[in-house]
Amino acid sequence: MTLSIGVKKSIDIALYLFLMLMGAVSIFITFAIVWVLLVDTVRFFTHPEGGGFPTSLIRFFTETQWTPTFYYKQIGIWPLVNGTFIIAFISMLISIPLGIVVAIYLSEYASWKVRETVKPWLDFLEAVPTVVYGYFALLFVTPILSKLLAPFGIYVEGMNALSPGIVIGIMILPYTASMIEDAFKGVPQYLREASYSLGASKLRTALFVVLPAAKSGVLSAYLLGFSRAIGETMVVAVAAGMYPQITANPLEPVQTITGYIVQVALGDLPFGSFEYLSIFAAGFMLFGITLILNSIAVYLKSKTVGY
Amino acid sequence: MEQGIEVRGELETRLKEFDIEGYTKGVKKRDKLFEILGLIATFLVLLFLFAIAVDLLIDGWVRIKDPNFYTSFPSRFPDQAGILSAWVGTVLVMAGAIFWAVLIGIPAGIYLEEYGGKGKIARIIEANISNLAAVPSIVYGLLALGIFVYRFEFGESILTAGLTLGLLMLPVVVVSTRESIRRIPRSIREAAYALGATRWETLFHHILPYSIGGILTGLIIAASRAIGETAPLITIGALTFIAFLPPAPWEDFIGMLKSPFTVLPIQMFNWVSRPQAAFHTNAAAAGFILLVIALLMNSIAFYLRFKVRRKYQW
Repeated sequence: MTLSIGVKKSIDIALYLFLMLMGAVSIFITFAIVWVLLVDTVRFFTHPEGGGFPTSLIRFFTETQWTPTFYYKQIGIWPLVNGTFIIAFISMLISIPLGIVVAIYLSEYASWKVRETVKPWLDFLEAVPTVVYGYFALLFVTPILSKLLAPFGIYVEGMNALSPGIVIGIMILPYTASMIEDAFKGVPQYLREASYSLGASKLRTALFVVLPAAKSGVLSAYLLGFSRAIGETMVVAVAAGMYPQITANPLEPVQTITGYIVQVALGDLPFGSFEYLSIFAAGFMLFGITLILNSIAVYLKSKTVGY
Repeated sequence: MEQGIEVRGELETRLKEFDIEGYTKGVKKRDKLFEILGLIATFLVLLFLFAIAVDLLIDGWVRIKDPNFYTSFPSRFPDQAGILSAWVGTVLVMAGAIFWAVLIGIPAGIYLEEYGGKGKIARIIEANISNLAAVPSIVYGLLALGIFVYRFEFGESILTAGLTLGLLMLPVVVVSTRESIRRIPRSIREAAYALGATRWETLFHHILPYSIGGILTGLIIAASRAIGETAPLITIGALTFIAFLPPAPWEDFIGMLKSPFTVLPIQMFNWVSRPQAAFHTNAAAAGFILLVIALLMNSIAFYLRFKVRRKYQW
C-alpha cells in the first residue's frame, strides 16, 4: 500500500492527537472524581436536614453518632473514622512484621528457584476477590477466634473488627512485601558486598545495611498498604458489622466509611436525598485520607537515595 | 606509656577469653534461624490462600457439583438458587470493561512512552495515573454513581458497570503497556525511521507487534482483578436479585447495554450476608468459582509473560 506523503503526515498527526486525548482522559477522571465528591459534599452540608451550612459542618466534626439514615439524624463522622482506623491498625499489626520478614527472606535469602515459585502465588493472592476474603473472615476466622478466646472468658461477637483486620492484614501483605522487595532491589550490590567483606552476616547486612538504605521505600510501601486497608470495602462490609460506634475494643462490631457507603448503596436511594448525599460526604472523607497517605508515600519514594 | 601497655594487655587477655568460634556459630545460627522464620512466614501466607480455597471447596461442594447451580436464576429457596444471571452479567460487564480499558489504556500508555517523552503534559498524566492506581475502588463507584448513573443518565446498567470497571483497570493497563514498550530497543525505531517509515507505520508494524504479549499480560491481570470487584458495582446500584437475562447483544445491543444486571461477586455478597446457613453454601460455591476464574486468568498471564520473555531477547 502506498500513500502520498501528505496523507501519511495527516495520519501521523491524527494518531498523535488521538493518543494524547486518551492520555488526557486520566486527568479528566481525576477531575471528575474530585468534582463529583466536592459538589455532592457541598450539597450535603447545605442540605436542610443537616441543619444548613455552618451548623452541619460543626455537627459533622463534633457529634459522636452517625445516623443520617435514621429519623433523628446525627452526622458525626468520628464513629466511621474510628471503625476504619481500628481495622486498618489491626491489619498493619499483621502486615508490618510479616511484610518485612517475607520481603527480606525473598530478596536476601531465598534462592532463585524458591522466589520464582513463590512470587506467582503471592501475585495471585492479590487477584482473589475481596468478597471471598470477606466470606473467609466471617465464616472461618471469626468462629476460630471465638473458639480460641472462649477459654479466657472473652466473648467475640459474630461481627467484629478483629477478624476483618487480620484478613485484610494478610490480604495486603503481598502488595506491601513486593513493594518492599522492589525497594531492596534498588540497593546496590556493592553495599552488601562491602558489608560481607567486613565479616557481617546475612542477617546483619539485611537489617543494618540494606534496610536503612531502603528505608524511605519501605515506609512508602507501608503507607500505601495502610491506605489500601483504609479503602478496603467488601471484607468489612461482610464481616465487620453495621454498627457505627466509637470504641477501642476490636471484638465489637464497627462500621467503616466504606462499609457505610455499601450499606446505603444497597438500599434504594433517590438522587439528591440526604442519604444519597451522605455517602458522598463520607466518600470525600475517605478520598481525602487516602490521598494524603498516598501523596506522602509518593513523596517518600521520590526521596529514595539513588546510588 | 605504661597506661598504653596496660590497655594492650587487657585487650590481649580479652581477646584470648573471647570465644570466637562460639561467636561465629552464634551468628550463623541466627542467620539460619531467620531464614527459617522467613520461610515459615512466606509459607503461612501461602497456607492462608490454601485454607481459603479448601474452605470454599468443602463448604460449597454440594452446589459446585450440581449442574443446576449454573443454569438457574437466584431464588428464595437456597437449594434451587443458581448463578445464571450472575455469570452472564459478569461476562457482559467484563466485555465492556475490557473494551474501555483497551480503548483508553493502551493509547494512553503508547502516548506516555512514545510521544510524551519528558514533556510537562506527560509528567502530569504520569503522576495522575499513579495517583489513580491508589484511589480506593469504592470511590470509582461514587464517581460512576454521580456521573454515569445520574448526570449522563446511563442508569444502573451494564454500560455503567463496564465503564466503571474499565476506568478501574486503566492504571494497570497503562503501566504494563509502557513497560512492555520500553523494553523495545531504540535501534528498532531508528531502523524503521531510516527506511522512511512514519511514526504510525513504526508503531503498527514494529512497536505494537513486539509488545503485544506484554500488553496482553497486563490486560489479563487487570481484568482478573476487575472481575472480583464488588464495591464499585454495589455503589452504582447493581441489584442483588435478578431473575432474568439481559437481551442477547446480537439481537438488541442497546437494550443489553441498558439492562439491569448482577455479577458473580455481588451474588456471592448477597448470599453471604443472609443469615441462613444454606445460602452460605451457595456463597462458598460462587466464591470457589470466582477463585478458579482468577487462578485461570493469572496462569494465562503467567504463561504469556514467560513466552514473551523467551521470544524477544534484545
